[in-house]
Amino acid sequence: MSKQVDVVVCDRKPLSFVQRFYLVEVVKGLAVTLRHFLGNLFARKYTVTVEWPEVKREYSERLRGRHILLTREDGSPRCVACYMCEEACPAQCIHIEAQDNVPTSTVEFEKRPRVFTIDLLRCVYCGFCVDACPKEAIIMSRVHEMAFASRAEAVVGLDELLQKGPIEQLNLGYRPYYGAPRSRIELPIPVKASPPEELRADAGTVR
Amino acid sequence: MANREARLAAIRRAFPPGSGVEEVPGGDMQTFTVKREVLPGLARHLKDDPELSFKLLLDICGVDYPGRDDRFEAVYHLVSLEHGHRVRLKVPVPEADPVVPSVYGVWRGADWFEREAFDMFGISFAGHPNLKRILCHPSFQGHALRKDYDPGQRWLLREGEQDEPSWAREALESDDHFETHVLNLGPSHPATHGTLRTVVRLDGEVITKAETEIGYLHRCFEKMAETHTWNQVIPFTDRLNYCSAMINGVGYVLAVEKMLGVEAPPRAQVIRLILSELSRIMDHIVDIGANLNDLGAMTPFLYMYEAREEIYSVLEACCGSRLTVSYVRIGGLSFDTPPDFGDSIRYLLKRIPRLIDDTERLITDNRIFRGRTEGVGAITSEDAVDWGWTGPCLRAAGVPYDVRKAYPYLGYDTYDFKVPVAHTGDTYARYLVRIEEMRQSLRIVEQALARLEPGPIIVDDHNVALPPKEQVYTEMESLIWHFKLIMEGMKVPAGEKYGYTEGANGELGYYIVSDGGGKPYRIKVRPPCFAIFQAYPHMLEGHMVPDAVAILGSMNVIAGELDR
Repeated sequence: MSKQVDVVVCDRKPLSFVQRFYLVEVVKGLAVTLRHFLGNLFARKYTVTVEWPEVKREYSERLRGRHILLTREDGSPRCVACYMCEEACPAQCIHIEAQDNVPTSTVEFEKRPRVFTIDLLRCVYCGFCVDACPKEAIIMSRVHEMAFASRAEAVVGLDELLQKGPIEQLNLGYRPYYGAPRSRIELPIPVKASPPEELRADAGTVR
Repeated sequence: MANREARLAAIRRAFPPGSGVEEVPGGDMQTFTVKREVLPGLARHLKDDPELSFKLLLDICGVDYPGRDDRFEAVYHLVSLEHGHRVRLKVPVPEADPVVPSVYGVWRGADWFEREAFDMFGISFAGHPNLKRILCHPSFQGHALRKDYDPGQRWLLREGEQDEPSWAREALESDDHFETHVLNLGPSHPATHGTLRTVVRLDGEVITKAETEIGYLHRCFEKMAETHTWNQVIPFTDRLNYCSAMINGVGYVLAVEKMLGVEAPPRAQVIRLILSELSRIMDHIVDIGANLNDLGAMTPFLYMYEAREEIYSVLEACCGSRLTVSYVRIGGLSFDTPPDFGDSIRYLLKRIPRLIDDTERLITDNRIFRGRTEGVGAITSEDAVDWGWTGPCLRAAGVPYDVRKAYPYLGYDTYDFKVPVAHTGDTYARYLVRIEEMRQSLRIVEQALARLEPGPIIVDDHNVALPPKEQVYTEMESLIWHFKLIMEGMKVPAGEKYGYTEGANGELGYYIVSDGGGKPYRIKVRPPCFAIFQAYPHMLEGHMVPDAVAILGSMNVIAGELDR
């Protein structure tokens, strides 16, 4: 090597007589498993596994799940058919066809999507479409349990993607953030301290 | 051998000017253009000359330049563990006669790399003992990474043409009249951890010959990268070594950032480092847990997966996905960490050592485990280097080579950690090294957490990073930059770069060629697993079938990385 490397040697150590005798070691091993067993049975308030699907865990607010197309106040899609998400998609799962904005629309925009489909089986859920959108029209929800009876069914169009109900009631996932990041990690930390000051002060620079 | 002049002089002693070895000025590492006639002699000289001592062959790959007289280029990357220097050799190959002498006789590690270049470019390596397709099916036609090969092309692959080693058909009778069997291990077998097929010939229960077939999980990473922009490659890198997805992304963006001449802000670097080290721990957890599981020890597997689940929760909260993280961006990170990031990491720092301790109590001095693994799959340090091994498997054979120490990146030189080394090179040594490496990674994470300062997390450069969303919504200029980055991709200056980082399995290299456009011209991944696994069939000889499972698990086969 070009320079002396700081190593820690972890070669094997010979087994002692007691270890080779086996019986004491079995008891020691059982002590470890018994501690875990009793701990899980009585003392544990939290396990990393959940009894899905009866019990569902809370996901982070950044979870990248099924897409939502947001609408304006009048119910028309915010999407202006600029093709940026289609271009940014590494899996090429988005397909857009544009049309002129309808004259009855209350909002003045040049274009709107006539067709907007996402092939949810091709999608890799990377969130690049959300990053690419200049109108905050496409965001992601935390819905990740999707089942389809056929491949054609997995290609979802405008009617299934457009937001249903007010935005507060949507199961919002990955979306552009401003200001403080809103998600928490939610590990079972014994004494949860308040977020360190430096992280709060830094919140304004999040991009 | 610190400088280029000294290395050039050492080469010139045997190959004077005009003998077919020319130095290419500039570049990210010393590069020589070599005429193919002199390649075997030069390879031998590079390996044996004490001043050069290039004992480790990292990578062989092909590059296709349709406009040139000599259409193909075979590119060799070498490193000297003794002196710490690196060199790149380029051998131009004409399309009409695409033959290059094989260097298998000099470095056995050339075995699969040469087969891959043959498979992907049709460059044939004269003198290679077993030159046939490796990643593509035998029914496949054409060479997929040639520029004139249409990425949308489909082939019908027939089962009857499945690859079968030539020796598998020979009827053999052993000296003591035991029947010899040919047995398929895999491809879909719980102990193969992915899809990997090993054909073995058995004499009784002892393996006398073996050959491994890979490629079942080949997803054309390199071809796909050529048709996508630089940023769009990041989600693909997650799927290389899916047990430690973060490390792959970091390795890729570091290489591209070097080409662009940008550097991520300090906060982004520290977060990258913390999550890389946690990913390394996860990878070792999977490897040790699965290896023990194969050997019949289910309990530690479940204990350690607790830690892995909790690390995944941290990744999920940071970037929105547990396995395929896509957290890094060229120039920084996609988002800042959540406010309780520090608390969560501190919790993990307390939690993981206890789980490692419990595993050690159950396993390290366990007589059954030691009986199954000691002396099984042992390899000498010379052989390991010859096969191109890196990472924990090489360190278990006694070579203290760690990219984090030898060629520090992300400021690894400023952290206090040690490189675990064992000397027996067997399955048990690989287990011990991985256990110790997890503890060292925790030490790094602890130190890094103390250095986590507030600050920006992506560079403020509109040629590289997307502008902040609030500016895109309101400012015309930002919208234009946003539009150009999405539609055209960033422009990486023309050139080439071999970027290398310490992956969980060893040196993870990205050889990147850019033609100045918005898409990579060629990306070659040097997957650490690939070099390690070419030795696997040779290590099996003389072992029994249950040992084959123990060795396979200890070498950490990640099919996603192996097959790309």
